[in-house]
Parts: sequence; C-alpha cells; structure tokens
Amino acid sequence: MSKAMTGAKMVVQALRDQGVDTVFGYPGGAVLPIYDEIFQQNDIRHILVRHEQGAVHAAEGYARATGKPGVCLVTSGPGATNAVTGLTDALMDSIPIVVLTGQVPTFMIGSDAFQEADTVGITRPCTKHNWLVKETEKLSATIHEAFHVATAGRPGPVLVDIPKDVQFASADYQPRNAAKTQRYQPQVKGDMEMITKLVEAIETAKRPVFYTGGGVINSGPAASQLLRELVDATGFPITSTLMGLGAYPASGRGWLGMLGMHGLYEANLAMHGCDLMINVGARFDDRITGRLDAFSPNSRKAHIDIDPSSINKVVRTDFPIIGDVGHVLEDVLKVWKARGRKVNREGLQRWWAEIEEWKKVDCLKYKPSGKTIRPQHAMARLEALTKDRDRYICTEVGQHQMWAAQYLGFEDPNRWMTSGGLGTMGYGFPASIGVQMGHPDALVINVAGEASWLMNMQELGTAVQFRLPVKQFILNNERLGMVRQWQELLHGERYSHSWSEALPDFVKLAEAFGCKGIICKDPADLDDAIMEMIEHDGPVVFDCLVEKHENCFPMIPSGEPHNKMLLGEASTKDAIGAKGAVMV
Amino acid sequence: MSALKIKKGSTKHSAYNLRPTFSEHLETHTLAVIVDNEPGVLARVIGLFSGRGYNIDSLTVAEIDHEGHQSRITIVTTGTPQVIEQIKAQLGRIVPVHEVHDLTVEGRSVERELALLKVSGSGDKRVEALRLADIFRAQVVDSTLESFVFQITGTPEKVDAFADLMRPLGLQEVARTGVAALARGTE
Repeated sequence: MSKAMTGAKMVVQALRDQGVDTVFGYPGGAVLPIYDEIFQQNDIRHILVRHEQGAVHAAEGYARATGKPGVCLVTSGPGATNAVTGLTDALMDSIPIVVLTGQVPTFMIGSDAFQEADTVGITRPCTKHNWLVKETEKLSATIHEAFHVATAGRPGPVLVDIPKDVQFASADYQPRNAAKTQRYQPQVKGDMEMITKLVEAIETAKRPVFYTGGGVINSGPAASQLLRELVDATGFPITSTLMGLGAYPASGRGWLGMLGMHGLYEANLAMHGCDLMINVGARFDDRITGRLDAFSPNSRKAHIDIDPSSINKVVRTDFPIIGDVGHVLEDVLKVWKARGRKVNREGLQRWWAEIEEWKKVDCLKYKPSGKTIRPQHAMARLEALTKDRDRYICTEVGQHQMWAAQYLGFEDPNRWMTSGGLGTMGYGFPASIGVQMGHPDALVINVAGEASWLMNMQELGTAVQFRLPVKQFILNNERLGMVRQWQELLHGERYSHSWSEALPDFVKLAEAFGCKGIICKDPADLDDAIMEMIEHDGPVVFDCLVEKHENCFPMIPSGEPHNKMLLGEASTKDAIGAKGAVMV
Repeated sequence: MSALKIKKGSTKHSAYNLRPTFSEHLETHTLAVIVDNEPGVLARVIGLFSGRGYNIDSLTVAEIDHEGHQSRITIVTTGTPQVIEQIKAQLGRIVPVHEVHDLTVEGRSVERELALLKVSGSGDKRVEALRLADIFRAQVVDSTLESFVFQITGTPEKVDAFADLMRPLGLQEVARTGVAALARGTE
C-alpha cells in the first residue's frame, strides 16, 4: 500500500526499504528537511564526515568491503562539487554508490541561487546515471531505480539531485518492488557457444594464464569461489590486477602475484609468454598492458566482462564473453567437467618449470637496513604481524600503495580497498572509515604516504567522533615518493616540488584530535610499535619514518612491454626514452 | 644495463600509445538510437562523443512516440571500425538508451536530409538558380524580387551538390536538418 508522506520522509523510507543501515554525509541548507527526518529515526546511522569528498570515499570503502551499495547525503552547490572526485573514483573502479544531493528549490533552478550548481550537468560524465527529481511523486521510485542501476550489471556511482521544495512537498510513497527497473537489465549469462570454444582452448593450451580483475570481486564471493575451483582444478597459473587482489588467495598454489607496471616479474613474464590468456573481469588497463603493440604477442585471448564496451576496447579478443563473471565461470566449469576435465599436462608442466625459473629471480627481495626502515621491510613486518587477524587494508595512492600490493597477501575478496583507476590521493583514510563502519570489530589499516594522507586528514575528526579504531599506517618519506621516482627516472633527478616541507608532527596532530599517535624510525622498534598500534583500542596515526629515496621496483618503464622490466638492482638511469617521458 | 639486458635509452614508445594494433582505415556509419525522451538524454549522448573524442558528422533528434516518451536520434559518425564498435557499445550502456542500430551494416537503408538555401541575385543568375532548382526538384518556399529560399530534400550528397551549384549564383545562407534514416524493407 502506498501512503502519502513528504519527500524528505520518502528519502529515509526508501533507504530503509533498500536495506541501508549507514549513510555518510554532511548537512547544508538544501538538505535540511532530510536531515530533520534522519534526526527522528534510529534505523539508519549517519556518519558525519568532515568534507564531502570524504563521504564519498567512505561510502566506496563501505561498498567495497561489504558488497552492499554505499550511500552519501550531501548538500547542493559545494556539497555536490566536493563529491565529484569520489564519484569519478567510483566510476573508474566500478564501485556501487548512491549519492543524494540537495538542490535549490525547483522554482529557483537556473537563477544562480545561493549554493546552486548544475549538479546533474557536472556529474553526468562521472556517474553511471543521474537524476534531477522535479516532482515528489517520482522521488521514491527514482531512488529505487538509482539503487538498481548502481548495483546491476557493471556497478558504479549514481546521483539523485533533490530540490528543497520536492523534499517539503507530499506525495504517495512507491515501495521498492513498484519501481521501474526493466529498462536497465544487463546480460549476465554468457554465450554458451563461445564458452565451449574457450573450454576447448583451455583443454589444449600449453602456456595458459588467468588474468583476473576487480570484476571478480564485484561479482560477489561466489565468483571468487568458482575462480578458485577453476584455477585449482586446471592447475593454471593466475595473476591479478591491483583491483582484483584477494579473489584468488595469495597462498594458493597457482598464484603468481600482481601484474602490471609494478607487478611481479613472474606474473608479467607469464603474461608476455602465454599462449592462452583468460581475462576474467579485468579491462586491459594501460598500467597492465604496457606497450600495446608488444603486449602478449603470441597468445589467444579470452575476455569475460559484463560490460560490452570493455570487449575489444584496447586489445582484440579471440573469445569475447559478455556476462557476469560468476555465471560465466560456473558455465565454464560445467562444460569443462562434462567434457572430461582435460588439460595439456605435459605443456603445463613445462610452463610451470619456466615460471619457477622466473620466480627464482625473487623480484621483491630487498636488503633490510639496520639504520633506517626500508618501506618494503615495514610492509613485510606489517604483513607478518597482521595476516592472521580479521584484517582489511586500504591504501592511498603512490609508492606505498604498490608496496602494499606487493608485500601484503590477500586471502579473501573484499579485504583490499584502493583507488586503482583514478589514482585518488586522499582516498584511503576516508575509505578506512567506511570499511570500519561495515566491519566494526575488524582490524582496519590504511597504508598511506604522508602526502596522500594529508589530503583528507580532516577525517581524523570523524574517526574520533564515531570511535572508529582505524589504523593510519603512514610510510613517511617526506617526499611525494612516486613523483620523485619518476623525476629521478625521467627528468634528470630534478625534484621539482616533490618534497614536503613543513610536515606536521603526526603524533601531536593525532593528539590534537584526541587520538593516539606513534612515531617509529628505528627498524629495531618497528615490531613493537606495530603491535602497540594494533592493540590500541581506538584510532591510531602511525608515523613510520622510512628511507627517503627508495624506489618502487619491479617496474615496467613507460612505453615498454612486459618482458622489459626493471628490477630493483637494475640501473635505472635513462631507462625511459623521450617519447615515453611524455606520458605518466 | 639491468639483469634483463635492457639497453639504456632503448624505449621508443609511450605507455599510452594505444592505437597501434588496429586498422587506421576510416568508415562513416549512420546510427539510429532509440531513447527515452527525458531531460538530459541528448546531453548524455553528445557528452559521450565529446568526452571520448568521437566525431559527429550529423545529428538529428525528435520525439517519435509521444505516448511511450521515445525519441529517435540519428547520428552519422566517422571512425575506425574499432571506434565505431566502441561508440555502439558505449551508447548501449547509457541507461535511457533502448536500442542502437547501425544502419550502415544492418542491410540497406534510406537516408534523407532537408535543407533551406537562401540565394540572392538578379538577371541571368536568378534565372539559372531557378532552372537548377527545377533539375534538383527543389521548391521555392519564399521569394522576393532579389532572392529565393529553396527547400531541397535528398541524400546529404545531393544537398551538397545543390549547395555547390548555388554558391556562384549568390548563395547567402544554408540551414540543414542533418540526416534522418530508416532501414529499407518490412523489418
């Protein structure tokens, strides 16, 4: 039964009907009626962030860690424009979030009213879809459709812009099941003929490799389970993009580690040398492929993706399969088993022997120093001391992000939150707040660089106010490490504006917000300091002073293919030519 | 020299050198896109083309089903076969887009465009303009002692040819609708 209520009440009712328990937001003039409704109920918890960008990243972290859509509520004008970076981030990484924005009253739209912005215009290219709701009659159905669009098919961010008069006016509430969802129904089942062709290729491949991505995580835990079954049953090696870590366990016997620009030697060489590449929910991003005309030159390529526009976008595919990863993997397994579980054992054995040789290079090896903490060592110790716990890791963007991806092992999906596509510095801290909201008892660590972390450090207030015991593990090199590394490699060691002068005392900063700060600079103290951080019941800012000019290796230099990696011991001067230097 | 024996300075290309593996041969396609007639839908389609760097040669849009709130957008675009495929897939992702038809590959189609041309002049030129209009079956829809406005319908090529002929005869202004297209036959 539908019943009449104000638009503001409708928003809260629709969120409740969608199973939303947490909203990240920041009030303002154009959303006051909705905030008034939030005040008068207890089903939905509102987390007051300190900046709207933080709200969106927190919702992303929540969504990534729980598998449920994240929800934000922000005001018109600056509230909406501050959300734009988060929306773009979620679009690039296919994270389902629903952002509700206030808008000036309908009769003032277009008049350059106070805090007016063309929110649907500004966010059109950075959302999967957006709506300006001009009638209260359409509000509830639009919110339900928004949740459907955010979560169906390839997930992504959506935005519903709600003018203030629409929030005040009353209309009949449309329940969730009455909302129209039929116009957006992406294909989830793969084409069986193509799946059978892929299985035939699996049966004969001599040098196969699975190349998996964030799509496996987005498809849900069942997809990760099916992937594990298929990988282990075939005995094929598997590598993953940054976004896909955890879909296959790091301790699994097929695991080669992450691939790509800072991926592992064995993973990249397997991609380069394979004869069958099975892309499961990844998108041939340029950080993965390196130089395209030399990308995996002798392989046939399968691509399983729910988004038809991902297929043949950058790399031509021999076995294009449009569908949900979970559904397609289930069918692949079914057909493969029915045909007698065949693989080319002899070929595989030789292939693994080759891979074992590459593994011996031990591309992540580093020499711990007795004097300063090497960032790799900090990651290795963090891994050793936290891997057996119920642990979630977020990161900011830069060298520390790559070291975290290289040195931490992920055994399960939804445990790794990072900004992959957009590369948003400032993502990790608010994301960790979102993760902790989704998993109140878990150990949530944000591996950060000091420069990234300072971009959204105001969220310390949020962590303290809501007693969220997020651990901010800052690898502090007093540099914009990745920028500095590129300047070293590409720009003759001219370190233009890539160091941070006037950094705060992070311990005092933490204390100023009412939480704990720890500083560590001696490798001998590191383990104790990490344990102190873990055992403290509350948010911690951990200032880990590390080697200042450490470079992140291995690395595929700009414009080079997979088999031309630079290793840690390599001489890196002039490794990137003038044309490669044009690009980031 | 690294462990991998990479020669110093051997890199010749950039990591973003994204288009080497596909043909550079350009094709022109006519796409018919059926959309919900709702606010912003044209902006979504145009934004897709501008945001991803695709070409629009011509674009026509009008409501075709008032009851069902549907509009038809006819787009003529030029790109490599790979880009054309991307355009279709990207259009298909837009939530209010219901159907995307590539009339250029889905069998034969009829393409028509309407244009209005203002030609001014006197004496022989005026007579010649009228004579050519007759050959092209263009109609005179406005006339003064010094000018004509011709209305012509036909393929874009026919409109081009007519405009070219009118130019030396005093062509002042042209307004074109862009292409409307339908597949031939019963389907």
